[in-house]
Formats: sequence, structure tokens, C-alpha cells
Amino acid sequence: MARYDTEVLVVGAGAVGVAVARELCRFRTRVLVADRLNDVGGDASKSNSAIVHTGFDAEPRTLESETVVHANPLFDRLCRDLEIPFIRCGAILVATTEEEEEALPRIMQRAEQNQVFDVEYLTAQRARRLEPALTSARAGLLVPGESIVDPFLLVVAQAENAAQNGVEFLTSCEIERIERSAQTFVVSSTLGEIRARFVVNAAGLRGDVVSHMVGIEDFTVHPRRGQFHVIDRSAPLGIRHIILPVPTKLTKGTLLTPTVHGNWLIGPTAEEMEDRCAHETTADGMEEIVRGAGRLVPGFDPRHVITQYAGLRAVRTPGGYHLRSFARVPGFIELSGIRSTGITASPVVARRALAMLRAAGLETQPDEDFVATRTGIPAFRDLDDVERAALIERDQRYGRIVCRCETVTEAEIVQAVQRTPGARDMDGVKRRVRAGLGRCQGGFCGSRVPRILSELLGVPLERVTRNGLGSELLAGPTRAPGDSP
Amino acid sequence: MNRVACDVAVVGGGPGGLAAAIGARETGARRVVVIERDGHLGGILQQCIHNGFGLSILEKDLTGPEYAHHYVSEALERGVRCFTNAMAIGLSPDRRITAVSPEAGLITIEARAVVLAMGCRERTRGAVWLPGTRPAGIMTAGAAQRFINIDGYLPGRRIVVLGSGDIGMIMARRLHLEGCIVEAVVEYRGTVGGLTRNLVQCIRDFDIPLYLRHTVTAIRGTRRVTGVDISPVDEGGAPDASRSQTLACDTLLLSVGLIPENELSKQAGVQLDEGTGGPIVNESFHTSVPGVFAAGNVLHVYDLVDDVTRCALAAGTSAARFAADYEATGPSTDAAARIVPGAGVRSVVPQRLSAHLPDTVEFHLRASTEGRRRTLELTGRQRGTVYRRRCPVVRASEMVRATVRGIGASGDDELTFRIGENCGEP
Ligand SMILES: Cc1cc2nc3c(=O)[nH]c(=O)nc-3n(C[C@H](O)[C@H](O)[C@H](O)COP(=O)(O)OP(=O)(O)OC[C@H]3O[C@@H](n4cnc5c(N)ncnc54)[C@H](O)[C@@H]3O)c2cc1C
Ligand SMILES: Cc1cc2nc3c(=O)[nH]c(=O)nc-3n(C[C@H](O)[C@H](O)[C@H](O)COP(=O)(O)OP(=O)(O)OC[C@H]3O[C@@H](n4cnc5c(N)ncnc54)[C@H](O)[C@@H]3O)c2cc1C
Repeated sequence: MARYDTEVLVVGAGAVGVAVARELCRFRTRVLVADRLNDVGGDASKSNSAIVHTGFDAEPRTLESETVVHANPLFDRLCRDLEIPFIRCGAILVATTEEEEEALPRIMQRAEQNQVFDVEYLTAQRARRLEPALTSARAGLLVPGESIVDPFLLVVAQAENAAQNGVEFLTSCEIERIERSAQTFVVSSTLGEIRARFVVNAAGLRGDVVSHMVGIEDFTVHPRRGQFHVIDRSAPLGIRHIILPVPTKLTKGTLLTPTVHGNWLIGPTAEEMEDRCAHETTADGMEEIVRGAGRLVPGFDPRHVITQYAGLRAVRTPGGYHLRSFARVPGFIELSGIRSTGITASPVVARRALAMLRAAGLETQPDEDFVATRTGIPAFRDLDDVERAALIERDQRYGRIVCRCETVTEAEIVQAVQRTPGARDMDGVKRRVRAGLGRCQGGFCGSRVPRILSELLGVPLERVTRNGLGSELLAGPTRAPGDSP
Repeated sequence: MNRVACDVAVVGGGPGGLAAAIGARETGARRVVVIERDGHLGGILQQCIHNGFGLSILEKDLTGPEYAHHYVSEALERGVRCFTNAMAIGLSPDRRITAVSPEAGLITIEARAVVLAMGCRERTRGAVWLPGTRPAGIMTAGAAQRFINIDGYLPGRRIVVLGSGDIGMIMARRLHLEGCIVEAVVEYRGTVGGLTRNLVQCIRDFDIPLYLRHTVTAIRGTRRVTGVDISPVDEGGAPDASRSQTLACDTLLLSVGLIPENELSKQAGVQLDEGTGGPIVNESFHTSVPGVFAAGNVLHVYDLVDDVTRCALAAGTSAARFAADYEATGPSTDAAARIVPGAGVRSVVPQRLSAHLPDTVEFHLRASTEGRRRTLELTGRQRGTVYRRRCPVVRASEMVRATVRGIGASGDDELTFRIGENCGEP
């Protein structure tokens, strides 16, 4: 087993963990990020609504609302620097009943308490002018700052940029035990021992498990599941804003949102679960969200659904964001309770983590060689014909289209694998360059991408996985010709 | 950038595309081009190594690759120019195709006529809303077929097949012969979705358990499939999860339908038919966009490749005529009459008839009812019944043919196909 030495160990490579890593990589500090999954961003940060919230509807005067409100404006720069798809599309909150209409002033007031001052009232007419599909709207609110992002690329781009600036990433590395001896933490993981002066707990849904390892046992975390349908971009929906229902006391309800890649999402459900692996979708859940979407957009046609997924919110008890350090465990930082807004909040949470680390004694010498930008993988799909021809000229593999629905070329897949941290499996390729995410859901590229992975990773085809050991795609070679049955 | 000008450009080098190219050459088109994204011509047939192809058109019992080879040779002998490894990614209404290939780079093809022959793709888990976890080990039957027959890899060892389309049944047999355990073929409806001959030769002959009126209600396993729950469905079609049973397996194959592949058609503005999922065409296979024709599974899913070849030859012929004389055959939007599916009929091709009808027109229908001793009728608003024939057996999974003579004179602008109980005749 290997041994690793580092100054800061970040446990968890979700949106929060990688944001911390990227914050720290500006300094000459040794940072290691460990995640139990085969890739970065493999848990809540990959399966959510992908909205960068303004915080207009958050509970005022909480750490969460403050963090979210301050995080939203940071995204333009972050996404420009790191070439992350990000669109300021705005949201429309629609009231379809009298009762809902009466709730609007209260929501408006809350937005003002949260310092979100650009929310506007919409009459039914104006709502329909903005989104003709909202035929049942009686009134609404326009929230211009609500935006959409590719949450997975948000994670990958920050991880790549952090790696470029010297941060090390360990995947398939589960932290199992943390002991303290003198000034260091001695951490046992599935990949070996890690010694660190500081540990940042960014383990999301398993944050309680990690904090328990250092004797902090004043909270628990359980999953609240959210199921979604993905709607094909060819559906005649035409909706460009995020469409939100008026929340009830019980639930925030089903929303409908465009994605930065031109599809739409409808969802999520909110189901209290026990199992932290309860990622399954259910027949009831799928129907519930279609009904919900139908309330927002009458006549919503579910035939254009291409796939479903479910994400688990990390519900902390007691609730609320907790960004903490502890006198009795100096050097340990806990970032917990980041339940439904962590994609948005992550850059500000990372700043706070940095401040707490400094307060705990971390030295932060600016790194002269820090590179603030990262270039994305040029997407063939988004280029014009002249640019396309030039790319193929440079690299023939840009001329081989591997994913027909999303028009992803072999060259893009090769880059997804060769970057650091790179794709190691089908899901990793899919999330980085979208091969297999389109309407045929890998029917075509599902047999081509494994070959490319097998070649680049130097493993036989039957060892190529969907998302890590145990998820092999194939059982093995067929019998050699001539073998008797 | 590469520029190619031609008389007829065919998108897709499967049996549909090849026959269209051959038909176009035989009708006198000089420059005929086929664009195929795969490394080889032959389309889906390359992976269909079972036999049963060509029985009607070639009067031989061939395997898929043999059948394909026959038409690949014919096309090449006739001087059809083929781009392989070339994916068409754009088609404009003025028949300009953009394709990309590693060798030739970006290719622009300006064609006097275009034949769409992109085939179809399989429906997936997401489209049928299968609940449960998302582990490895779920794939479409066609993808599994490719892994086994082209790549030489088994998708798993213990298999459940959902859906009893032809590919599903053929794959159940194939996996059984490869030494896998096929736990079940599970079908939602009361009859199999594919041809009766496949039910006999692939399922019954090998004693593979077939669960009719059942469906999968949950997928189990987090990394790799460990099992599926199957439940009976009641009369109303709702699954009864209280009577579910878990079948242990490591693989779930889906054979739950095919969808004509019409992304390019949509780009060009071709009107599609909701019933078939393919372009609306007239008797010359002319779509709503002038000079754009359709052939093979892109038009509607055929049962037999022999029919694909026959119809595609005709489509190629029409395309060549159009290329020679732009006005020879008007697009389906200039139609003199519409053909509509009535009671008992899900879809019909062609959907339009032009003013210059030939003496006979062959229609292909999908029934929406099943049963014995039915009557197929074509009636016009004004003229009443134009055609009537008895069908001993009608099955939703088997295409119904109708060769109708002399409708040209009917003068009706709308004719309806119906399949009903045997009416009257002894
Ligand atoms: C249905 C749903 C919708 C949402 N919609 C939005 C939205 O629109 N906008 C928004 O801003 N937020 C949204 N969120 C919330 C957002 O997704 C989360 O707040 C955010 O992803 C949390 O990031 P994280 O890094 O804390 O957690 P995660 O992404 O879950 O990362 C934690 C990581 O820690 C790893 N880990 C855990 N234990 C260990 C261990 N012992 N050793 C090593 N690694 C470990 C895990 O593998 C995981 O990768 C939504 C969430 C859900 C579920
Ligand atoms: C498993 C299976 C078993 C079958 N068994 C039988 C049988 O026993 N008997 C029988 O008669 N029939 C059988 N069939 C049916 C027969 O294979 C089809 O009817 C026939 O292949 C349809 O021909 P096609 O040319 O329309 O489509 P395809 O064969 O699918 O060819 C379409 C071609 O277009 C290409 N293409 C698509 N899009 C593009 C693009 N944008 N650019 C470039 N190229 C593109 C594809 O790569 C493909 O090569 C079977 C089919 C399957 C799948």
C-alpha cells in the first residue's frame, strides 16, 4: 500500500471539495483530494437541477442564504476562466391558482430580505410573452439572476485547473479512519495511509461518517432523493427560462429547466430515504414529476423523455449549513449541511474553508506560477464548418464521430481520458464530453467508446467499466471458434 | 474542404441505401454516391449472422452478411461511389449534405436528388421509463448483438430479455447457444412482438421461458445488474407489483421497439408521420422536400429486408428520374390524395398519392388490431370502396400488404384504410 504526505487533505471531490482544492491551489500548499468513487463529482454534484440560484427564496438571515446570494455573481468569471458552459437564462415563478397568486408578494418580500432586488412581477400576459407555453399562468415573478450551468463540468474544470496547479487527486480512495498524532492526522484509506496537517470534510452525504472519525458526533445526515426526467432537445417545448412553481409548505415542487446543452430537465421529487445508495428511480416518482410539469406547462408531452436519473440531497440533522472548525480537533474543518444549493454555494464555501484553514494555522504563500484559466475540450458539435475542417486537418480523430446524437468525435474522447483527472470509465467520458447522453442513450456509441477506453487505458475490453470496479460492461470473450457448445 | 457534386446521394449504406443506389444507376443516374458512417457497407445486416434473409427476393436462404454482400457487390460493379467512415451531419432543403470522415475530412455533397436511408435505432430504457437502479449490464438487444457478433464479447452470462421483438428473440437464442443462461423473455403484451417464425425457431425450440403479459418493474444491483423484478400486467395494462418475482441475472437486454432515424430528415424540414416515425412520402417515395426521397427502415420499420430492397430500388429509380428532370415527380406536398389510417390501422405507407399515379400502388400497413379472418378495405370519400381483401390472420407485428390497382381514376382526395371483422362474404 502506498503512503501519501500532504498538508491539506480534502475528503470528497464533489462541487464543494473541488472548489476548496481550486481555492487552495493558488498557494504553495500541498493539497490532496480523495474520493471514494472512480471519478470526481460522482455523487450529488452530478445529479441535481443544475441551477445557479440567486437565493431569492432562501430562508433569510441564514448561513445558506448569505452564501448563495454572494456566490451567484462569482459564476460569470469562474465559468469564463474555466470554460464551463453557463447561461444566465433567468427564472419565471408561475402562479396558476388564486392562492398561489396571493403568495407572490410574500415571496417578493423574501427576495428583498435576501438582497435580491431585481425580481419583478409578471402579469399573465407578460409571462406568456416571455414563455408562450405558460398558458395557465395567472401571474408570476421574473428572477433574472437564476442561471444554469453544467454541474459536472463545473467539477471537472475546477479539478483539472487544480491539478494543473499541483493538486493531487486520488479516486477510488475511501477514507476509513482518521487518527491524530501530534500535529498530524493519520488517515487510513482504501489506497493506503495518508498523512495530513489539515483535513477538510467535504464528504456530502457521508459527512457525518467522516466527522464521526474524529469524534464529532453531534449530527447525522440522511438522503432525500430527487428524481428527474431528461427531455430531448427536439421536443417542441421552446422554453428558455427556468420555470418554478410556487413552493408549498411541504415541497418546493416540480420545476422545469433548460440545460446548457439544449435539453430540459423536469423534477425533482423529494423523498426521505435511509439508504445512502438509494439512487433508483421509481414508477411513482416518474409519474409525479410528469404531473408536476403538466401543471406548469399545460399539455406537456412526456413522449420526448430520453432518460431518468436520481440524486440524493444530504439532509443534515440539525439542519442548515455548518462550516465549522473545532477547538478539540485543531486542523479539522467540516463543511456540512450543503443540501440543495451546493452547486451554487461552492465557491463561497471554499473561501470560508480557506479562511478557517488560515485561522487554524495553514500558511498561504501565493504561488507565482498559478494559472487561473483552463481550456475546455473543443466540442466539434459547437463549431462551424470551417473550424471543423481545420480541426480534422490537425487531428484526423476529429473526423470520426463516435456519438451520433451529441456529435462527439474520437478526438474529444481521447482528450477526456488523457487529462488529469481523466475519465476512467464510460460515465467519466459521458460527463466530460457527452458521448452517450443523447436521445439514443449510448445505443450507438455504447459499443465504440469501450474500445477507445480499452486501448487508451491498456486494459482488455472486459475490464472496461461503467463507473469503477464491479461495473464491468461485458462478461468476456465469446467462445473461440471450434469450441464445442 | 472536399466538394462533391452528384446526381443522386444516398445517406446510409445498409440494404436500403444500397438498393436505392443500384436503382438510381439502373435508371440512368451517372454519379451516384453512398455515404456510410460505418467502416463497412451493409448496415445492420453485418451483425445479423443468422440466416433467413433473401428468401423472397433472391429465392435463397442467406445470412445477413451474405445478403449484404450480394448488394454491395452489385453497387460497386455499377460504379456507385461509396464513402465509408463518413457520417452525414447536415442536410439542407436544397440537398446539400455535410459529412465528416477521418480520411476525407469535411465533405460537402451537392446532390440533384437525395435518398434518406439511415435505418432505425432501438428504443432504450429511458424511453420506456424502466424504474430501478442504473447499474452496468443493461443494453439494447442490438448493441448486445454487435458485441457478440462483431466484437466477439459476451454482454453477460445470465440474461433476461425484456420485449419480444425479432432482435430480442434472436438474441435470446444466440446467447443460449453461446452457453449463457437465458432466464426469461418478458413481454408486456399477450403475443410476441416479432415474427411467428422467430417465436418458434428462437424461443420454443430452445425451451426459453417466455412470460407474456409481464413486465420488468424494478432493476436491482448498484454496480452491475444482480436481478430484475417482473410482474404480471392486468387487463388495463398496469403492472401488479404485489405479484412480482425477482429473477437473478447479470444482464437485461431490451428489445422494446425501433425508431426510424430521422435527425437529418428533420434538419432538411422533411415532414414526418407520427404513426410510422418516418417521412411522409408519396408512391414514388418522395418526401415533402423536393428531391428528397426515403428508403428502408428510415421510412418505417420493415419486417423483412427483402421488402426493404424492393421498395428502395423503386425509391432510387424515382430519385434518378428527379435528378434527370427536376419536375418528373412532385414532392408529397403536391399530392392529389391523402391516405389515412382508419379503424384497425396504425400506419400506412405511402401516405400520399400524386396526380400521376402508376397503374398499381403497393401499400404497407401496420395493424392496430389482431385476430383471424379480417377484412382490409380502402375507401374513398366519394367513390366508396376501391379495394377489399380478406386477411386470414392480422398481427400488429407483421406488416400487411395491399397491392391496389387503378386508384388513379378514383378522384378522391382522401382514402382510408380500415381493418375490420369479416363483413358479409362467406
Ligand atoms: C435532486 C437535487 C437537486 C439539486 N439541485 C441543485 C441546484 O439546482 N442548484 C444547486 O446549487 N444545488 C443543487 N443541489 C444541491 C447540490 O447538488 C449539492 O449541494 C452539491 O452537489 C453538494 O456538493 P458536495 O461536494 O458537498 O457533495 P457531493 O457532490 O456529494 O460530494 C461528496 C463527495 O464525497 C465523497 N465521499 C464521501 N465519503 C467519502 C469518504 N469516506 N472517503 C472519500 N470520499 C468520500 C463522495 O464520493 C462524493 O463524491 C441539488 C441536489 C439534489 C440531490
Ligand atoms: C437483429 C436483426 C435481425 C433481423 N433479422 C432479419 C431476418 O431474419 N430477415 C429479414 O429479412 N430481415 C431481418 N432484419 C431486418 C433487416 O436487417 C432490415 O430490414 C434492414 O437492415 C434495413 O435496412 P436499412 O438499409 O433501411 O437500414 P440499416 O441496415 O440499419 O442501414 C442503415 C445504414 O445507414 C447508416 N447511417 C445512418 N445514419 C447515417 C448518417 N448520418 N451518415 C452516414 N451513414 C448513416 C448506418 O450506419 C447503416 O449502415 C433484422 C434486423 C435486425 C436488427
